[in-house]
Amino acid sequence: MALEVDGQTIELDEEGYLVDLSSWTPEIAKALADGEDVDLSDDHWDIINFLREYYEEYQIAPAVRVLTKAVGKRLGKDKGNSKYLYSLFPYGPGKQACKYAGLPKPTGCV
Amino acid sequence: MAMLHIVNKSPFEKTSFGSCLNHAKAGDSILMIEDASVGAIKNSSFSNQLTSALTDKKVYVLGGDLAARGIDKSRMIDGIEVVDYAGFVDLTVNNETTQSWL
Amino acid sequence: MMATKKFMFVNRKAPYGTSYALESLEVVLISAAFDQEVSLAFLDDGVYQITKGQDTTGIAQKNFSKAYKALGDYDINKLYVEEESLSERGLNKDDLMDLVWEDEDEDWAEKPSIIMVNREQLSDVMAEQEVTLSF
Repeated sequence: MALEVDGQTIELDEEGYLVDLSSWTPEIAKALADGEDVDLSDDHWDIINFLREYYEEYQIAPAVRVLTKAVGKRLGKDKGNSKYLYSLFPYGPGKQACKYAGLPKPTGCV
Repeated sequence: MAMLHIVNKSPFEKTSFGSCLNHAKAGDSILMIEDASVGAIKNSSFSNQLTSALTDKKVYVLGGDLAARGIDKSRMIDGIEVVDYAGFVDLTVNNETTQSWL
Repeated sequence: MMATKKFMFVNRKAPYGTSYALESLEVVLISAAFDQEVSLAFLDDGVYQITKGQDTTGIAQKNFSKAYKALGDYDINKLYVEEESLSERGLNKDDLMDLVWEDEDEDWAEKPSIIMVNREQLSDVMAEQEVTLSF
């Protein structure tokens, strides 16, 4: 699979995740979301940016449970629950948000 | 006939590094790569063996492998020389023969 | 509903030279999704997995040592390290990463995850386990 962003071809794996994680740009996140009819709001970006920082620090994509707990700590208890995260990322906060953030599919995503 | 001995297994896990030291001749060179790089550290249960090898042999370690395992150069046994991949190639060129101890 | 069992992952190999360490870490992270009681043991060359200051730029491999710092987030906060294994390798506790977990019940207070044990103590901990996976 591949994605056209600003005249550049971005390679994706068979599940739609970036092949080259270092090639990520915010424009790629927008294009990936467009492909799934999602309009990225500031709330989406909070999660995407959080995931990128998490990956930078730990070199892993967090499991949903870990993401939920960490978001609650960072962005407030009202956001640290799966209901809120699923409202933003209905295909699963782990898989979908990690995809837009240019991370690999979370380890232990079942 | 100087020989280059290449070891890639941890001396704490496998006997190949120790066996290499037992069979290498005076004037030979020993290069530690991959997991064998951990043998370069001072004050270990293996360091005496390596220190005595240094009396009549040259000992080298691949710097990238040492750094990957979190061992700072300052912790190495005195006399061991750090090489990069280019140095690795030089060693194989400058020795008549090479033996790998797997 | 699965019954909770005591799982221990026994790590005995240095990282990067073989793939055991990375594979163990991946299984550990996956196991955390199953709400089991998970602990890790680092002995023999396994202690090199959690040394600090690992820099893999020279060997073109991913530095996965950073992921051990995330284990606390996965509620894995019992990392047993064997003292004899460190000293035989010219290492001590200060050569290890500062691995901690945050206690949600105490306002996210940081607590150490590393538990130093001697050989005899580790064998006692091993004897208490119900499932032991060795890497």
